[in-house]
Amino acid sequence: MQKSSPENMYYREEFDSLQDNCTEWSGDFRSRGMEVFRDIGLPLERRGNEKWKYTNVGPVAKNKYRVANSVPSSLEEVKNSAPWHESWINIVFVNGQYKPELSDQSNVPGIVLTNISNEIEKKDPSEMISEYLGETINISDDGFAALNTAFLSDGVAIEIEKDFVIDVPVNIVFFNNGSENTVSHPRVLVVAKPNSCASVIESYVGGSGFTTLTNSVSEIFVGEGAQISHYRLLSESDQTFDIGYGRVKLGKDSVFNSRSFFKGADIGRYDLEILVDGEGASCDLQGLYFTSNSQHMDNFVNIDHSKPNGTSNLFYKGILDGRSKAVFGGTVLVRQAAQKTDSVQSDKNLLLSPHAEVDSKPALFIYADDVKCAHGATAGNIDADTVFYMRSRGVDLETASKLLIYGFAGEVIDKVEIVPLKEYLEQIFLNSLPSYRFEF
Amino acid sequence: MITTGNLLEIIDLHASVEDTKILNGINLKVDVGEVHAIMGPNGSGKSTLANVIAGRPGYKVNSGDIKYKGESILNYEPEIRARSGIFLAFQYPVELPGVRTWQFLKAAVDAIRKEKGMDELGVRDFDNLLEEKRSLVEMDSDLVKRSVNEGFSGGEKKRNEILQLALLDPSLALLDETDSGLDIDALRIVSEGVNNFRGPEKSILLVTHYQRILDYITPDYVHVLVDGQIVKSGKSDLALELEQKGYEWIRESIASEGAD
Repeated sequence: MQKSSPENMYYREEFDSLQDNCTEWSGDFRSRGMEVFRDIGLPLERRGNEKWKYTNVGPVAKNKYRVANSVPSSLEEVKNSAPWHESWINIVFVNGQYKPELSDQSNVPGIVLTNISNEIEKKDPSEMISEYLGETINISDDGFAALNTAFLSDGVAIEIEKDFVIDVPVNIVFFNNGSENTVSHPRVLVVAKPNSCASVIESYVGGSGFTTLTNSVSEIFVGEGAQISHYRLLSESDQTFDIGYGRVKLGKDSVFNSRSFFKGADIGRYDLEILVDGEGASCDLQGLYFTSNSQHMDNFVNIDHSKPNGTSNLFYKGILDGRSKAVFGGTVLVRQAAQKTDSVQSDKNLLLSPHAEVDSKPALFIYADDVKCAHGATAGNIDADTVFYMRSRGVDLETASKLLIYGFAGEVIDKVEIVPLKEYLEQIFLNSLPSYRFEF
Repeated sequence: MITTGNLLEIIDLHASVEDTKILNGINLKVDVGEVHAIMGPNGSGKSTLANVIAGRPGYKVNSGDIKYKGESILNYEPEIRARSGIFLAFQYPVELPGVRTWQFLKAAVDAIRKEKGMDELGVRDFDNLLEEKRSLVEMDSDLVKRSVNEGFSGGEKKRNEILQLALLDPSLALLDETDSGLDIDALRIVSEGVNNFRGPEKSILLVTHYQRILDYITPDYVHVLVDGQIVKSGKSDLALELEQKGYEWIRESIASEGAD
């Protein structure tokens, strides 16, 4: 099926220049992405498309983007907008390009950090890149992931060596200060070898008031008996578009914890899929999104259980204000072989405005007969009885609403175990949460 | 400073909830230091009376007045009434997901202290106060670390109400069917909490369907509410008579009085 959407043409020239003088490996890798992108374009067609049913990418697709240039920025700027701690392994990208001068160069035993930009221009990229990069990605039905693949040029690959427990978080910051109509295509690859353990923070911050597109792809492989805690933060300015695509593959008895936070972007999307591909693997996915004004956030989370004795827990919460809109979609699939799977899905939304809207459609497909699965979605306002209860104890309306909204958000933030990150999240979320304008 | 006289005076109070008239001319005076029990069959307006005094939104006063410490409180918001010393123990205490009991209780105590011109309590002082009151109602110490009333049993929720009563130390306690849903041990503990609170400067309006809580908390006066009106008032022995004869007896005796 050939689509002649004009956006397919936009990237031609830049793609060709990227392909000049490249190695065979990277040239082939990118070509595969471009071929698919030319074929399918961006997902503008929503009818019958479950993946994009509630998110209109028209506003994203209508711009002609240039790949963002590297713009100098200071460490202060980055630190002020991103979660940061001196003790962490900090890796900074500006407009998708690695900034060694802003990053931590120290060696931590057990971690191998690879700059994708350098590695893919080698004649034979390392096994880490050649074996894992793109391995979990199915670009055939995803125009954004195909586009990211077509423009692969930089990113970070992190290998946690076998049996190593890394107690300092790896903090990857994608700082955006791109000019009008620029795009970056960040790429993250994490490979946790058997029985290793690490925490990775991936944050998308910045935005300087221009319309920009951040189109990221992240892949995480959690080896047998390994444990990865992954924190993802989307907190760019309100003019940005931010499309994220995450794929996680779990080995036998591995543990994956995901904490996803959304606060900023005009249109945000995070498509996360967990392949529970090893027996006894478990994942715990939690999320908090706060949308206001005319923001739109789409969380599309899929969990695919293909092996027995797996566990998945999905717990997302949303706070919606203004005329904002949130989407929560995706399915838990329990294949026939995945007996004794235990899976819970929940998405709870607090609507602070009569004009805010949420489409929450978690779904379950179960083909195994011996499983324990539950799911639910709720959306509601702050309840009048609840507020009266608090007021009847002398607590004024403003304090009551703050306690309730903080309490709602706190259920997710409180569980963040990295203290400086938790404090950062408390600050950016709790300080920006509105007081509810009660109408009763 | 009022040490004697009417703490609460309800004058010909008519009130409705969602356009349904519930209270049809209540007159009641509660003096400082007195315990009044309001009894009556289901739907007679007992809970409405307690909620109207506390200022629950949606409960509309059509006519009449509620005076507290000599002043009409009809125009006061619920939190203002609470800070001036009116406390409502809920029939169905509300769950506050994510709001820690400790945090909520401290916000309430501080709001009431502020009204009295006092500083906020320091964390340590508050912890001490909370610990003292908590052990009084025999509430599990883990519960104050959890979200308010979330996952609490019925009895734990009611104990939490009495804990709040003890902490906030109001002048007027409105107890809305605090005995409902309690087993005999919880009823004893809750009643002890109320009796501890009771004193020459405290007044209590206790709303109940059943006489059994009055075995533990002896009221000074008992009023029987039927169809939104107080149809009979008496001393504590009226409750026993009601228990023996049932609410039908009241209806019949009103009917026969009307026929006379």
